[in-house]
Amino acid sequence: MDIPYTTQLREDTNLYNAKVGIWLFLASEVMLFGALFSSYILLRVGAPPGTFPHGLLNIPIGTFNTAVLITSSITVVMAWASLKMGNFGKFKFFQAITLLCALGFLTIKTFEYRDKFIHYEVWKNDGTRMTGHIEGNPWLWNTQTLSDKKLAAITFSPDAHHYAEPRKHDAEAKSDHGGHGAAVQIPAADIKRLSAFVPAHSTYFGIYFTLTALHALHVLGGAIVIGYLWGPGAKMWKTDPERFTNRIEVSGLFWHFVDLVWIFLFPVLYLL
Amino acid sequence: MQPTTTKETHHAAHEGHHDEPGFWRKYIFSTDHKIIGLQYGITGLIFLFFGFCLMLLMRWQIAYPGKAIPVVGELLYKLLGEEMVGKDALGKIGLMLPDLYNSFGAMHGTIMVFLAIVPIAFAAFGNYVVPLQIGAPDMAFPRVNMASYMCYFLGGVVMLASFFVPGGAAKSGWTSYSPLATVADLGHHWDGQTFWILGMVLLITSSLLGAVNFIATIIQLRAKGMTWMRLPFFVWAQFVTAFLLLLAFPPLEAAGVMQLMDNLFGTSFFLPTGLQVTGAPLPVSGGGSPLLWQHLFWFLGHPEVYVLILPAMGIVCEILANNTRKPIWGYKSLVYSVLVIGFLSFIVWAHHMYLTGMGTKIATFFQTTTMIISIPSVIILTCFFISLWGGSIRFNTPMLFALAFLPMFGIGGLTGLPLGFNYTDIHLHDTYYVIAHFHYVVAPGTIFALFAGIYYWYPKATGRFMNEFWGKVHFWTSLIFMNLIFQPMFAQGMAGLHRRMYDGGATYADAANVLGVPQAFIDMNKGISHAAWALGLAQIPFIINFFVSRTRGKKVASDNPWDATTLEWQTPTPPPHGNFPKPVEVYRSPYEYSVPGKSADFTPQNEPEKR
Amino acid sequence: MSDSHSHDHIAKHVRVYIIVFVALLVGTVITVGMYYVHFESVALTVAIAVIIATIKASLVAGFFMHLVSEKKSIYTVLAVTAFFFAGLMAITIWAMHDFPDNTADTQQPLPGAAAAPAPHVP
Repeated sequence: MDIPYTTQLREDTNLYNAKVGIWLFLASEVMLFGALFSSYILLRVGAPPGTFPHGLLNIPIGTFNTAVLITSSITVVMAWASLKMGNFGKFKFFQAITLLCALGFLTIKTFEYRDKFIHYEVWKNDGTRMTGHIEGNPWLWNTQTLSDKKLAAITFSPDAHHYAEPRKHDAEAKSDHGGHGAAVQIPAADIKRLSAFVPAHSTYFGIYFTLTALHALHVLGGAIVIGYLWGPGAKMWKTDPERFTNRIEVSGLFWHFVDLVWIFLFPVLYLL
Repeated sequence: MQPTTTKETHHAAHEGHHDEPGFWRKYIFSTDHKIIGLQYGITGLIFLFFGFCLMLLMRWQIAYPGKAIPVVGELLYKLLGEEMVGKDALGKIGLMLPDLYNSFGAMHGTIMVFLAIVPIAFAAFGNYVVPLQIGAPDMAFPRVNMASYMCYFLGGVVMLASFFVPGGAAKSGWTSYSPLATVADLGHHWDGQTFWILGMVLLITSSLLGAVNFIATIIQLRAKGMTWMRLPFFVWAQFVTAFLLLLAFPPLEAAGVMQLMDNLFGTSFFLPTGLQVTGAPLPVSGGGSPLLWQHLFWFLGHPEVYVLILPAMGIVCEILANNTRKPIWGYKSLVYSVLVIGFLSFIVWAHHMYLTGMGTKIATFFQTTTMIISIPSVIILTCFFISLWGGSIRFNTPMLFALAFLPMFGIGGLTGLPLGFNYTDIHLHDTYYVIAHFHYVVAPGTIFALFAGIYYWYPKATGRFMNEFWGKVHFWTSLIFMNLIFQPMFAQGMAGLHRRMYDGGATYADAANVLGVPQAFIDMNKGISHAAWALGLAQIPFIINFFVSRTRGKKVASDNPWDATTLEWQTPTPPPHGNFPKPVEVYRSPYEYSVPGKSADFTPQNEPEKR
Repeated sequence: MSDSHSHDHIAKHVRVYIIVFVALLVGTVITVGMYYVHFESVALTVAIAVIIATIKASLVAGFFMHLVSEKKSIYTVLAVTAFFFAGLMAITIWAMHDFPDNTADTQQPLPGAAAAPAPHVP
């Protein structure tokens, strides 16, 4: 006996097997990201004052990335609709745009991450804090690096304002740190802690990187599956078009979920 | 369900002409649910034995603290080194050091729960039996099924490998509470705890894939006439279990990722501000919450215990109906109860956290939901007990184990009540009372049901019975020794003996007259340990029986040697690839035994009505 | 084989997809725009952001993922999931903010005794 209902819809549920499977899987993914969102809320509410940064992410870039994912969402459903109407060429076209959007999203995310790896915070022994850049924009320095490299001082270009200061709501708020001040020398002996905006910096960056990296992995995974079905997997259109169309629908459902997560991630991490 | 297209007819005609797959495709990389079920079963039993051995070694240290382990002690030293195994006061090598005790404790729990019981109860029995019982040719997604076993196998390998990394295996309890889980091995990044988390991620992935498969299969692949209310209770139990795994595991996966980041990337998800370790502040940002880990862990942890028990209840139901020769009493109640248990199990979790400083309102909430969830559990047990009344009971080995399950689970369940009330739990939390409670539910509870299932379905998988005499020996010895192990622990716990103590409570001896545990309760450790070792010996006949019966067991006289009604007994023995030679149609409910007016004392579900 | 989507049927859907696409972009612009409007109340800010996000998510789920025309069984699974997700979030937050009254931290010291230690951070 063959396994039934791989393409044919079962009478009482009106579903084919893979569609049941993907929705169940998406339910588990809701719980996964849900747990992380819950953790975000708890960590933010429980953070000692001044330790949960805000306004350090680039909003225009985040908005653009949001638009990129939304575009990919409509192209992925148009790709499926094209197959349903029997138009393989249009399917290839729309799906190619989906893949380009995925690539674009991941590329932009990479640049966003890099921006954080060269952006630092210094805690001095006298209790003051500064954020800014180190001369030469080295990657991922921390307190240990100062003694490893036997540095006497660092040349630091501080940002115009620190995230713990009261939030401003005008033109300054548009960029992520409001421009640079003049470079200063900070002796290593004065530095209590040095950290880039990496996961270890604070629970905010911990949860930011965890959420966005997990999301990015899902984008990558989805793109790989969609890419496979666009390339070598597309052979099935000739041998079993119904089953192939269903595969495009199922992978599209996953893709929409990935977009859904970002729809919540963007305001929560960038705006609130 | 006749083939409706030329493609399907074409395939059906070729059914008998498949090339026989080679050894690797047939037994190792199989997509057949029966082979996968057996793979899960054998691997699970090996892990069950391994986890059991860890406990046997721990019990030496508990009963005879400070003495080197005889025979095995030197071997452990050679394998694990001097960090883990030391010399006792007499200079003999083989003393279990505290780190080793804690590793064995954490890994015993982890292995038993995630590598043994869940794979056997859910994945092994479920994979083998569920498609057969619903009249399906296989699971809905056979390749996903294979992937899920591979993930499980890899996860097991990672867990075993963790014993040999510097610092040894995870040693912060199977519950891996932060901050201890992060600071236990500050010297090493890739320590046992990291391996534990990676292993758990693999195991969780395996469970998620399996859960999707089970639910989709039960929804979509029921044979014609197999309506929801004609499903054997075993299938209902597996269906609810799959939902628990699907929705409860992901928060633990999220928490595991966060703890991994704490361990490897210096984050502070679960590390509070101002944490000091051996006198020095930990160089992390702080701001995290140890409570957050506990909430996320127990959000899985509680549904997990229902994952451990529901498949067992399903197995017991099948065997009770078959060996009382009457329908199970209260089928509808059973179905509704299992659905309610599944639902409620998601909102009781913090009864594991009563001592974390919760306020009265939230404690009351969890106490209330915990009390409510005991109701459907009692309903299920009561239905089983009532089912025995007026039955024509056959006392074969599977039935003995299934019968014993009832009072044993009863004891386990009832002793959970003082733990569910936050007031009494203040006294009993983290004592041996808790250990006794949950072992009663899982050991003479679930494991007995698993033994019952093995003896019961063995003839379908192999065509031979396991030996009845040695089965009964296995039963009686296991029952007696399990009770000798866990019964005294209730008393120890009520007297205040704390769990997870390296020396079995010997420390209390110094404080005996200052609210310490009276020596008499600590002395019980010796009796318990001896019973544990005897329990180990009692498994030897079972192990031999299991392997020898494959070739020397009494052959079955028919495909349905137990005269059972459910569909798995209406196939050839063992069932071929595709299970049913012709599509199945179901005409009646699953437990039509001793129906008045019929000539036979049972009617299979797929037997057409005689006109 | 057994699905009833004809060419015109899909074409109608395409129109809906495009409308939803535009709505999503508009929603994004509004969300970002709200960032520059300052509300005194934190609760209101969060509520507005979450509501807009939920509307966008519902559009994607309802139309792109075809949930509006999907079968009851899928809805049930999702409804149950949503309930548990909400439960996890709500109950955990509640649990971490409900503390016993009148503990050693918060009791008034007896006359003549030393002051109570500083309250613990949740």
